[in-house]
Amino acid sequence: MAAERGLAAEACVGQVVLPGDLLLLPASYGEDTEGERLRLSTGAAPAGRLLCGPGLRRSGAGLLVTKCGLLRHRPAGGGAFWVDSQQKRYVPVKGDHVIGIVTAKAGDVFKLDVGGSEPASLSYLAFEGATKRNRPNVQVGDLIYGQFLVANKDMEPEMVCIDSSGKSSGMGIIGQDGFLFKVSLGLIRKLLAPKSEIIQELSQLYPFELVLGMNGRIWVKAKTVQQTLIIVNILEACEYMTAEQRRQALPKFSGN
Amino acid sequence: MAGEVKTKLSKNLLRMKFMQRGLDSQTKKQLEEEEKKIISEEHWYLDVPDLKEKESCIIEERSFLRCEDLVYGRMSFKGFNPEIEKLMIQMNSKCKEEEIEVDDKMEADVSDEEMARRYETLVGTIGKKFLRKRDQRVLEDDDEDDDVDEDRNSNIIPSKKAKKMFLKPQD
Repeated sequence: MAAERGLAAEACVGQVVLPGDLLLLPASYGEDTEGERLRLSTGAAPAGRLLCGPGLRRSGAGLLVTKCGLLRHRPAGGGAFWVDSQQKRYVPVKGDHVIGIVTAKAGDVFKLDVGGSEPASLSYLAFEGATKRNRPNVQVGDLIYGQFLVANKDMEPEMVCIDSSGKSSGMGIIGQDGFLFKVSLGLIRKLLAPKSEIIQELSQLYPFELVLGMNGRIWVKAKTVQQTLIIVNILEACEYMTAEQRRQALPKFSGN
Repeated sequence: MAGEVKTKLSKNLLRMKFMQRGLDSQTKKQLEEEEKKIISEEHWYLDVPDLKEKESCIIEERSFLRCEDLVYGRMSFKGFNPEIEKLMIQMNSKCKEEEIEVDDKMEADVSDEEMARRYETLVGTIGKKFLRKRDQRVLEDDDEDDDVDEDRNSNIIPSKKAKKMFLKPQD
């Protein structure tokens, strides 16, 4: 057993943590008596529920770090801690929206490559308005934007292109043309942040369409091939450019 | 020979349903209890004191979606794909609305008083439609009891209660 004493979780927010570190939570979480008091209090959402995100595991009264990275904290909604780490390899997670490439058609099921360890399966009925007679027009090599219904280490991942109310809400086959490329997962999360500067700056350049998958895949489509390639190069380079360098580089492209 | 020795029936046979139909309820209960004892003695159990389960207030989550506030993955800019731009507005406002839960009572189009007035008259009229024929006649009786229509010749017009029979055409 590690004799190292745990550090207070809130003190480490924004700092680098290594696997094996034990983070202690403030006394209001995880104690029995406190738990009972929380249960008795009215209110639908128990205020004491702490979300332990990716890179962290519950251990006793504290959290055990399992990935190296920066510790992040969100105080809203009961509080959440997670580790912001960088990786290129995607692991399927339930509820994630990803871009998949159709690799095979096996009877009623399509096999999609999502960048994980196994190909995901997608049933032909999981599209909006699909019935046994009205099949979606999906060919091998098509790009599909969908979300995971089942994703754990024991089973093959399953995807669907409709949400819980049966509507497609943007999911489904991604259209013709465009360009698909792969980036690291950290960049995707940066781009999907609520007010991402990169996206805001890019949107000033010219009209284009963008689809971001949580598995590191990005699909871009613009009016001409040149414009598409410019956007691709900017997004790929954004990973290693600082904000200053990016702002210097962009005006050069807006001339094109 | 056959009458001298009574063949002994096995316990299992006696436990079968068709053998128990003739028994009293008491003997049945006894047999059931015996069976339960045998079964519970054969069950294995741990001789360990019960551990109290602690309800933890920590939920483990593997997805980044619920930790960070991520926007929807499909985007379109400067009118390249108008449907997706509409979708962007819809999805991103949905995410914000989930946080703000407004308990607004829907404004009623019709006021309560008017509703009560309408309801008074409505229930009666529509209700009549679904009465059976006999009940309808009774209703008419009540309605027309007071007013007995008189003709000019002070002949009482035969009421509609009279059964409509086939009238032979007069030559």
